[in-house]
Amino acid sequence: MTSPLEQKIRITGPSIVTANRTADGAVIYRNRTNGWSTDLSHAAVVRNADDARALLAEAAADDVGAVGAYIAPVSVKDGETIKPGNLREHIRQRGVTIDLLPVSA
Amino acid sequence: MYAYDELDRTLLNERVAEFRDQVKRRLSGELTEDEFKMLRLQNGVYLQLHAYMFRVAIPYGTLSSKQLRRLAHIARKYDRGYGHFTTRQNIQYNWIKLAELPDALADLAEVGIHSMQTSGNNTRNVTSDQWAGVVPGEVEDPRIWSEILRQYTTLHPEFSFLPRKFKFAITASAHDRAAIKIHDIGLRLHRNAQGEVGFEVLVGGGLGRTPFIAKTINPFVHGRDLLSYVEAILRVYNRYGRRDNIYKARIKILVHELGSEKFAAEVDKEWRAMGETALTLDDGVIEEIRSRFTYPAYEKLPHMPEELKKAAADPLFERWRRNSVFTHKVQGYAIVTVSLKPVGAPPGDATAEQMDALADLADKYSFGEIRVGHEQNLALPHVPKRDLPALWKALDEIGLATPNVNLVSDIIACPGLDYCSLANARSIPIAQELTRRFANPDTAELIGRLHINISGCINACGHHHVGHIGILGVEKNGEEFYQITIGGRADENAELGMLIGPAVPFGEVADVIEDVVEAYLALRERPDELFVDTVKRLGVQPFKERVYATR
Ligand code: SF4
Repeated sequence: MTSPLEQKIRITGPSIVTANRTADGAVIYRNRTNGWSTDLSHAAVVRNADDARALLAEAAADDVGAVGAYIAPVSVKDGETIKPGNLREHIRQRGVTIDLLPVSA
Repeated sequence: MYAYDELDRTLLNERVAEFRDQVKRRLSGELTEDEFKMLRLQNGVYLQLHAYMFRVAIPYGTLSSKQLRRLAHIARKYDRGYGHFTTRQNIQYNWIKLAELPDALADLAEVGIHSMQTSGNNTRNVTSDQWAGVVPGEVEDPRIWSEILRQYTTLHPEFSFLPRKFKFAITASAHDRAAIKIHDIGLRLHRNAQGEVGFEVLVGGGLGRTPFIAKTINPFVHGRDLLSYVEAILRVYNRYGRRDNIYKARIKILVHELGSEKFAAEVDKEWRAMGETALTLDDGVIEEIRSRFTYPAYEKLPHMPEELKKAAADPLFERWRRNSVFTHKVQGYAIVTVSLKPVGAPPGDATAEQMDALADLADKYSFGEIRVGHEQNLALPHVPKRDLPALWKALDEIGLATPNVNLVSDIIACPGLDYCSLANARSIPIAQELTRRFANPDTAELIGRLHINISGCINACGHHHVGHIGILGVEKNGEEFYQITIGGRADENAELGMLIGPAVPFGEVADVIEDVVEAYLALRERPDELFVDTVKRLGVQPFKERVYATR
């Protein structure tokens, strides 16, 4: 498999690095202090391919703590509120868009 | 039910211990994700959008009440209180923690359940007719042969690293409920002119990016030769299957590229070269497996008990009975399909409470046995007809008596973008909206048998190609769109659906499906002409004209 770092990195706007936590699979974001957070508002935002590559390299180096790090688009409102940039990331952040349990149960 | 022996139990316990060690080493960093991934996949553990997903095998869809209670326990203790029954008679848990997985596996092993070969490039859970052993007219219980195949393929070294995953399905009935024509190997049990039991062998079926209906490569393989013949097929596949291109690696591509006749000739050559092998099953072995399937001690019961006659006055009971109760081979008994498709709910999901309650009902009314069908419903296979009214009430109390089996709201749907990391689009909310649109049971009965199948991407876990109406999620410029096909079917006359027009956005899918159904109601010749037969008679065009005329 091609490592994510060997793949061509193209970003078209503000981006973050996200992964799943190894122990429980929870959605995590690479934060501004070289660690991970489950809170998107703590994510480190990058705006060009070089910074994205560096952030991804740092994230991918933590093979014990996180699985499958990749770059994902976000939007940044008023210079600070970070929102997922697509539906997939929205669902990862907010959870499933359905009632979890059968409604009649 | 099939009784496991000491060998099975030892195998499962060893497997749990092995995986416990692998997980420990992964969590400590001794194993990298690259090293660990294959190991977790071999134990049915995927990584999805929000969490690990754990897929547990239910061989040929048969469960005891004790096993179902254990599945409920897993949902409650290690997950979020529910599980999802899949189109391959498995159950998936969506929120399992890696660190807790070995304990979950150990709990399952205690009741003879495991997750081996529910993912990875190996031979997967052997699926079969959920009415096996109880439906009238069957040649023989196909689970006997499913079990022979299960034992033979489990951890078989030659089949553990195939070019791609490999799926078997077996039926022994004229009406195919196991969808054998969309499997890598489909087996139809029948008798030859001499009255001997054997298999029509179909190869190369499958959905996904390149869908094919399986082709018959041998009309009759004697039962004793089943394993050697299957081994010959797998050897030919192992030798010629494409390992260089994941999209061309399934056996269906090989069968297509070689042509089924040439493929059959290759298999025949390989098989003949094997000659009389250790794989040739002697009658003693078959008998040994057969003897381990035990059947209930049925009573002699009347065909039409008083309880049933009385209950027939209740139209709600009658509606449920019409749609959920099927003929059993033993007089006085019935097969009951338990719909996991309540209006507005995710298809195939059951809560831990529902599973526990159903296990109790199975003990009370079905000799402790439950079946799982590929349509994502459950079944109670041996219900005395006199108990049907009481069972119906009890099922209704736990939300499991929706009278929609085989009707428009009995939808097959994959997890889609709400869970699945491969998805393009959501499946479940589309299914939920459709069940609301078709919630009126009178309308659903007026429409008649109609299968809607939904997949969130081209991998087709929701079998969209073979839905009478198929819905496939695609992505267009970051938006969810859906392609709609009609005329597919997964039974003995399996066909792939045909595209009806351009893909439509999320918000329009339910409207389009309503229009397709309205077109059918206007176009059908008689009230009992099924949707799929109307499409066969008229083709796509009249539907297209009506549905897309105003769009
Ligand atoms: S069809 Fe696609 S989206 Fe649905 S479960 Fe399969 S891989 Fe996931």
